[in-house]
Formats: sequence, structure tokens, C-alpha cells
Amino acid sequence: MEPVRILDFDGRLLGESPLGVEEIRRLFAAMVTARAYDHKASALQLQGRLATYAQFEGQEAVQVGGAAALRPDDWLVATYRDAAAMWMQGYPWDGLFLGRMGDERGGSPPPGVNVLPPSITVGAHMIHAVGLGWAERLRGSDRVAMTFFGDGATSEGDFHEAMNFAGVYRTPTVFVCENNGWAISMSRDRQTASETIAQKADAYGMPGVLVDGNDLLAMFAVARDAVGRARRGEGATLIEALTHRMGAHTTADDAGRYRAEETLDEWRLRDPVDRVRRHLQATEAWSEAWEHDVVSTAAAEIEAAVARAEGLAPFGPGAAFDRTYARPTTDLEAQRTALLRDLGGEG
Amino acid sequence: MNMARALNDALAVALAEDERVVLLGEDIGRTGGVFRVTDGLQERFGEHRVVDTPVAESGIVGAAFGMAVAGLRPVVEIQFLGFSYPAYDQIVSHVGRIRNRSNHRFTAPMVIRIPFGGGIGAAEHHSESSEAIYAHTPGIKVVAPGTPAAAKGLLLAAIEDPDPVVFLEPIRVYRAIKEEVPEGRYTFPIGVAEVVRAGSDVTLVAYGAMLRDALQAAGALEGDGVSAEVIDLRTLAPLDAATVVASAQKTGRVVAISEGHRTVGIASEIAALVQERALYSLLAPVERVTGWDTVVPLKRTERHHIPGVGRIVAAVRRTLED
Repeated sequence: MEPVRILDFDGRLLGESPLGVEEIRRLFAAMVTARAYDHKASALQLQGRLATYAQFEGQEAVQVGGAAALRPDDWLVATYRDAAAMWMQGYPWDGLFLGRMGDERGGSPPPGVNVLPPSITVGAHMIHAVGLGWAERLRGSDRVAMTFFGDGATSEGDFHEAMNFAGVYRTPTVFVCENNGWAISMSRDRQTASETIAQKADAYGMPGVLVDGNDLLAMFAVARDAVGRARRGEGATLIEALTHRMGAHTTADDAGRYRAEETLDEWRLRDPVDRVRRHLQATEAWSEAWEHDVVSTAAAEIEAAVARAEGLAPFGPGAAFDRTYARPTTDLEAQRTALLRDLGGEG
Repeated sequence: MNMARALNDALAVALAEDERVVLLGEDIGRTGGVFRVTDGLQERFGEHRVVDTPVAESGIVGAAFGMAVAGLRPVVEIQFLGFSYPAYDQIVSHVGRIRNRSNHRFTAPMVIRIPFGGGIGAAEHHSESSEAIYAHTPGIKVVAPGTPAAAKGLLLAAIEDPDPVVFLEPIRVYRAIKEEVPEGRYTFPIGVAEVVRAGSDVTLVAYGAMLRDALQAAGALEGDGVSAEVIDLRTLAPLDAATVVASAQKTGRVVAISEGHRTVGIASEIAALVQERALYSLLAPVERVTGWDTVVPLKRTERHHIPGVGRIVAAVRRTLED
């Protein structure tokens, strides 16, 4: 199986572009903004202002191109490494920062944004996208649900159950596997003996598509087709996007223990942002001044989000009792009183 | 009407009155479920609302979770409590947490119905009474009715509840007890226990199938001049501590009854509550009458595991000794 590719590594079109120049410029800017978030989050972690952070550098095209195929009211269920996809679907950067700062309000996007807080456990969230889309169909809506997950998640039993339900009930689900080569320290060939992950779709009676995940245009094109199928009631699709995690698993991980530095050289040549820049340069839709503007706008947007997140006063010590149930139970109220008593007024 | 019928009636009322209600489970449609609780509902409400699913407990609960987040009110059936463990991660990591992890932005109001307990000589894994696991889990409520009328009222309350509910149905009571069950919609409040028999010498706290044994024990004790009060807990999480403690303060003796394993069980929680809030009213140590900390024995010796009237009466007598 050869991956779908529309831009070659030098940014030359191999086929028809699914997007006009202005849209490509918009998504280029989105990738630049996402990378600025990623770098900022890593820097904040080093400064102790953010908890452990899972970098996504190198995977911007999968997430931006994939989510760009959604309608604003569609559902997105993704992981801790999918901030770019979530932001594309309306999740604010400050919410994403807040979650990593250790504040539950980071899991609460604004009304109308149909994006669940990122799944922290691996694999259990894909079936949620199946249920969300299924519910929409039962209610007569044509909303679809897209879910992002890594290659490691396909080893979980829940991947099978999600794919199986989506196949049996033909739910409007788009499965996007970000095959970034690594599940912490385990390489993709130790996760499955399948030649590809995309081919697993066959077993569930749905199409499987292999795509160059570092090719923004190809990623958008396959996602657009899968979303279209789902919206028309033709069922689910599994997209395997070939990409690479340029960073470690998280800021707590040391990829040098299992990955040779040289392997990154090859992937740097395929960088998703550079590739689109080369494409835009060739079509004269790019100028240094424009990119400079994109970069500074992105930096300002991210800095403002950090300020908003850090400016939010932490919850008081008794707040957890308020968000366990719709209303705290009598016993939770008693536990809150006990906590505040033990804190001796410090709360 | 027996409990299976009362539950079927509750589900029919919910399906008829609320178009958000969807039933999912293995064999619940065409065959009406292994205990026939959903008998006839698919025929009446259609296969889109009463959905026969693949054999995949985690998938069923996970899909229902997504449906609940999207605004439906799914009611899931898991065939036996011992089969709920594959879904445990979904229940603990997602169903019980989404309200907290999204600070109320997303919620999963759904009901997970599970038959529990032994007494019918079933195969291994079919007689579990591990409800304490779920009662220990933040974000979900655990309900365990002991009679047909309570089962219907509590199930309708669970479906309306804004939070997820694990709804445990005592297997050996499904067809063992018949009583008058009101027609149409009515609810019993979740989190409220009921004094089902008033007494003055000792308090028997029970739920699920053990309620029947507790009432029989109370009847037997009456013949010996012992007045036993019987509390039907009905909800295991959140526990109605006030009702239990008030009764303990009145009688001074408490026997906590549960079919579940003894250690870190529901009866242990009752004992702890009474100790914390009614110690100085106690005339005797709190007795626990429970299943043992062993795997539930198979048919031939199952009766030695499930507490019966004899063990309850013996425990009451211990509390009455000087």
C-alpha cells in the first residue's frame, strides 16, 4: 500500500490540490501557530510552570489537515498529543495550557465547541467518538465524530471494539491513527505484525487509507473524503497517517535511550511546515514579510493564552466536591467541611 | 408483579415518555435479555432504540458514554456483574469522571443495569456480589433495589438522574417476590434508605436479595420477643447515613448484612458510619453478616457463602448477649 501524497518533499504538487491558495496559507499559519504552542508549552514545563507535557512537533499536518475537514459543530475526541487538532476545532489555547497546568477548567471548552477534554488513558476514547456520532445519527443530525489516536493505541483491545461497533452500526466516525513511529520507547513494528495499520480496516468492513501525514494537502484530502462518507451515512473510515514524533514521548521522557538521533534527519527533510512553505514559495504566495507576520501573530496569540491561563486564580480546596456530581451529596458536603476544618481556615 | 416485570414496565415507561432513552446490551432485543427484563421492548420501540450489541462490554459502555455526552439517555444492560469487569475502565476512567475532568461542561447521565448476586446455582462468574468496587468509585451512584415496586421507582429515578448510575438487580429476586406495583411513572429517591419494618431492639441493614432474608430473620426473632428494625438501603452510593445512624441510636444494636465479600465491603462501611456517629448509643459491637473473602463457591456449596436467615439470627443473638 502506497501512502496518498499530493505534495512531494520539495513542496511540488503531484496531483490536484484539494485547497485554494488562501486556504493553504490559512492552514500554514495554523501549523505555525500550533508549533509555537508546542514550543511554548515545552519551555513552560522547563520553567516549572506546566506539568509534564507531550510534544507533537512533526505531527502538525495530520492534526491541522485532519481537523480542517470538519464542520464547526462536528465532534472531536483526541489525546494528550493532539492540541493542534483540538484548537482547530475550537478548543482555546488557554484551555489547553490550563489542563497541563493542572486545572480542571482546562477540560471545559466554551459552549458550542464539541471537543472532549483530551484522553489521558490510551485507547479508551475511540469508542466515545463512535457513541457520539451514533447519537447524532439517532437524533437525525448529520454531525460526524473524528477521533485521533496513536499507533500504540491500536494495540489496545478498545481499538478493536471501537472499530467493530463503527463497522456494525455504520456510525459516522473518522478514525485518524497518527502513526508517529513510537509508543514511548516501543517502535511501530513491535505494536503490530500487520504491514500497515490502515489494512486493519478490512477486518471491520470499512475503508482504510494510508496517507503521508506530513503532507498537509494529502491529509486534508483524505480527511475530507472520510468526513463526506460519514456525513452521507456511508459509515466509518480508518486513516493511517504516517508521521513522526520529533520530540520525546513527553518532557519526562528521554528519547535518546531508544531512538538514534540520525533517524530524525530523514524526517526533518519531510517537515510538514517546511514542505508547505516550499510549495507556497514556488507559487509566489509566500513572502518573508508575510511569514514573519504569521510567526509574530502566532507568538502573540500564544503569549496571550498563557497570560489568560496563568491569570486564572486556582480553585479553592473544596472545589472538587462540587464537580463530582451535579450536586454534592450529603457525605461529600461533610467531607468538604472536614477538609476545611483540617486546613484551619487556610482554605 | 415480579421484579423482572416491574423493571420491564419502568423501561417501557421511559422509552415511551422520553425519546432520548436508548437501550443497549447483549441479547436484549430479540430474546429480551438473559433474564427477559427487556422482553418485548424491541418489538414495541424498534431496533434503533433497543439495540442488540456485539459481545463487548467495554464497547457497549464506551459507546453509551458517547451517546450520553451527546445528549441521549442510554440504559445499558450487562448480563452479569462478573461480566462487567471488561467495562470497568470505561466506568471508572470515563463515565464517572467526565463531569469532573470537564468541570461540568460534559456529563454522562446513563444507567448501567447489572444483575448481581448468587443463589441460582449458575456457572462461575455469574454469582458475583462485588458491588463495593463500584460504590468505591467517585462520580457514579450505585443503586440496589430489593423489591419490585422499589426497583421500578428507582430505575425511573436513575434514568432521570443527571449523574451515571450503576443499577444492580438481585438475580434470585427477579421472579421470587410479587407485590403491587403502581402503574405509569413514579420515582423513589436515590440516596434515601427506607425503614421497611420498625423495631426497637436491633437494626438490620440490608439491600438487594438480602433484604428478604433480613425480613424473614426479623419475623423469626419476633417469635422470640426480639423486635428488629429492618432498613432497606436501596442506594449504596451515596449511602443514606442519617437513616442508619438514627436507627442505630434508637436500637443500640446494628447487624450490617451484605452478600458481598467481607473486607472493605458495604457492611464495613455501615459499621464505620455507626462507629463514627452513634458509638455512645451502642449496646453491642456492630455485627457484619457477609459473604466470605473467597471466590463465590459453585452450586453445590454456594449456600455456605451467601448469608441466610440462620446467620442473621445468630448475629442478632450475639448482639443481645451480655
